[in-house]
Amino acid sequence: MSAATTSPGRAGLPARMVRGIAAAPAAPVYLVLVILFLISWVAVGIVGSGQFLTVQNVTSILVRSVALGVVAAGQTIVIIAGSLDLSVAYLVSVTAVMASFIMQGEADRMVLATGVVLFIGVVVGLVNGLIITKLRVNAFIATLGVGLILRGILNASFNNFAGRVPPEYQALGYDGLGPIPYSVVLLVVVVAATWYLLRYTRFGHHLYAVGGSQEVSRLSGVRSDRVVITAHILCSVAAVLTGIFLVSRLRAGAPWVGTDGAYDLESIAAVVLGGTALAGGKGGVLGTLAGVLILAVLDNAFNGLQINAFAKDVIRGVILIAAVALYVARARRAPAR
Amino acid sequence: MSGLTPAAAPQVGQPVTATSGGARLWRSLGGSASILVILVVVLAIVGLLNPRGPEPVYYLSLLKRAAPLAILAAGQLFVLVAGEFDLSVGSIVTAVVVGSAVLTNGDESRTLPVVGLLLAFGIVVGLVNGLLTTKAGVPSFIVTLGMLLIISGGVLLWTAGAPRGSITNNLRLLGRDGLKNVPVIDQLPYAAIVILVVGLAAFVLLHRTNFGHRVFAVGGNARAAALAGANVAVVKTAAFVVSGVSAIIAGILLAGFGGLSNNAGEGYEFQAISACVLGGAVLGGGRGSVVTSIAGALTLVAIFTMLNFLHLPVEVRSAVQGGIIIAAVAYASYRQRTG
Repeated sequence: MSAATTSPGRAGLPARMVRGIAAAPAAPVYLVLVILFLISWVAVGIVGSGQFLTVQNVTSILVRSVALGVVAAGQTIVIIAGSLDLSVAYLVSVTAVMASFIMQGEADRMVLATGVVLFIGVVVGLVNGLIITKLRVNAFIATLGVGLILRGILNASFNNFAGRVPPEYQALGYDGLGPIPYSVVLLVVVVAATWYLLRYTRFGHHLYAVGGSQEVSRLSGVRSDRVVITAHILCSVAAVLTGIFLVSRLRAGAPWVGTDGAYDLESIAAVVLGGTALAGGKGGVLGTLAGVLILAVLDNAFNGLQINAFAKDVIRGVILIAAVALYVARARRAPAR
Repeated sequence: MSGLTPAAAPQVGQPVTATSGGARLWRSLGGSASILVILVVVLAIVGLLNPRGPEPVYYLSLLKRAAPLAILAAGQLFVLVAGEFDLSVGSIVTAVVVGSAVLTNGDESRTLPVVGLLLAFGIVVGLVNGLLTTKAGVPSFIVTLGMLLIISGGVLLWTAGAPRGSITNNLRLLGRDGLKNVPVIDQLPYAAIVILVVGLAAFVLLHRTNFGHRVFAVGGNARAAALAGANVAVVKTAAFVVSGVSAIIAGILLAGFGGLSNNAGEGYEFQAISACVLGGAVLGGGRGSVVTSIAGALTLVAIFTMLNFLHLPVEVRSAVQGGIIIAAVAYASYRQRTG
C-alpha cells in the first residue's frame, strides 16, 4: 500500500489506473466481477442460450450499465463526503420529461433542452446542498424531501409520455464511434473524470476529509459547507446526464423513467457494493463501476439463463448484504488491533 | 407529583413545582410536542372542510386509515432511536397483505395459525436485520435495503407476479370494523383500539423500562452505553424485532381495507420515517417519542385528507410530505442550535 502511494508520477496514466484499482479497498470487487463473469459465461454456455461472450452481448451489458453507472458516479461523490442523495431517481425522471417536452421532436431545440435540464440539475443539487449545510437537515431527510417535492410537481404536471425526442438526439442512445457506443463513451468519460477529481484535485481530497470528519476538516481550514454543496451539485448533474441518456433511448420522456429504474436505491447499492463506506470518507469511483458492472452481468446472466425475473431482486438483495458483510470482515481483520 | 396537589405545596415554591410537573410531562412526550398542536390545527381544518361539518364519525374513519402508518411509526421509532434505519417494513407489510390472502384463501379457520405464522415471520426478519447490523457490522441502511429487495422479490416469486386467494372476513374485521352501539360515536373502530393498545405498549416499553432507556443510551452514544454495561447488539436487535412485529400488525390492519396487490406496502418505510421525524425523532439516534411519532403519523394522514378536500391532485401529496419533513427537521435543528 505504501509502495503505491510513495512512487506515483512516473508510470503512465493507464498503469496508474491499474495500480489504483489494485490498491483500492474495492480490489476484491473486481475479483468478484471477474469470477461472476466467468461463471455466467460457463453457465449461459451450458444451460442457457450460449450467447454470453459475444460482442453484441458484452456491448449490451455495457449499455445497460451506462444509466446506473453515471448516476452512481455522482452518488459516490456525495457518499464519500458523508452525505447521500435519495432525490436522483426523480431528477432522472424530471430530466427525461423536460428534455423531451422542450424538444417536441425539433432537432434545433436540442441544445436548449440540454441546457435547461443541466440548469435544473445544478439548481436541485444546490438546493439539496443548502438544505443540508445551512438548515442542518440530515441528508437522508433533505434529499428524500426534495425527491418527494420533485415527484409531486412532476406527477401533477405530466401523467404520460410528454413531447418527442428528435432522431438526432437518439444518436446518443443508439449510435457510436465504430463498435463503441457513444453511451459507453459517456460512462467512461464520467467515471474517468470522477476518478481524476477524487484522486488528484484539492476538491477531491477535501471530500475525503469532510466525509471522514466534518468537524475536524472544518477546524483544519476546509470550507466543509462548500465541499458538500459542490458534491451535491455534481451528483445532481450526474443524475441529469443519466436522464439525458435514458431519454435518448426512448422516443419520448415519461415521468416513471427514473422511479422504474429505482436509481436512488440502486445507485446507493452500487456504490456500497463497490466498497465505498456509507459513513463517508472512504472509497472510490472505480469500485462503484465494478459494482454497477456486477449488477449488469447478473441481469444479463439471468436473461441468458431465462431465470424468473422476480428472482433477480432476491439475489440482488442477498449479494448486496453479503458483499458489504465481506468488506466489513476484511476491514476488521486488516488493521492491527 | 406534589405540584398537582396545591395543599402539599403551600409556599412560594408552588408555581415552580407546578412548572416542573408540566416540564416532566413535556419531557415524557419527547420535548417536541409542537406536533400535537399542529395535529389539532390540521384536524380542525379537516373538520371545517368536511361538507358535513366536523363529525366524530369522520375522524374515526380517518383514524382507521391512519392506523397502519401509526403502528409502523411506533415500531420504526425504536430502530431510529437506537441509531439505525429499517427500510424493510414496507415490504413486510406487502408480504402480510399478500401472505394472509394466499395462505388463508378465505378459510376462516386458518386465520389464527396464519396470523401466528406472520408474527413469527416479522420476528425472524427483525432478528436477521438486527444480527446482520450488529454482528456482521453491515450498515442497517444496506441490510434493510437488501431485505426489502429480498422480501418484495420473494413475494413476486411466490405469487408469480399475480397474488391470488382472498383475505378472510374475520381477518379483515380488525382493520375495517369496530365495536357497535357505542354511545355518541356509534361505532368504535377496532383500529382505534389497536393504536391505543400498541401505542401504550410501545410507550411503556420505550419510555418506562430499562430496555427502553438502553435503546436511548445506545442510540445516543453506543460506546458510552457499552462501557456502561449495555449489550449494544442485543438492544439494537431487539429494536429491529419490535419494528418487524409492528410491521406485521400494520400489515394486518391494512389488509382489512386495502386491496390485494404486490405493492400494497410500497413507500410505507419512508412515510413511517417521515412520521417519526415529524414527531421530533432524530436520525442518528438518541431522541424520539412514541406519542409524538404516532401524532406525526396521524398528522401526515390528516394533511393528505386535507389536500383531498382542497381538490388538489393526489400527486401534490408527496410534494407536501417532502416540504413538511424538511421544514420540521430544519425547525428542530434551528431550535437545538439557538438553545
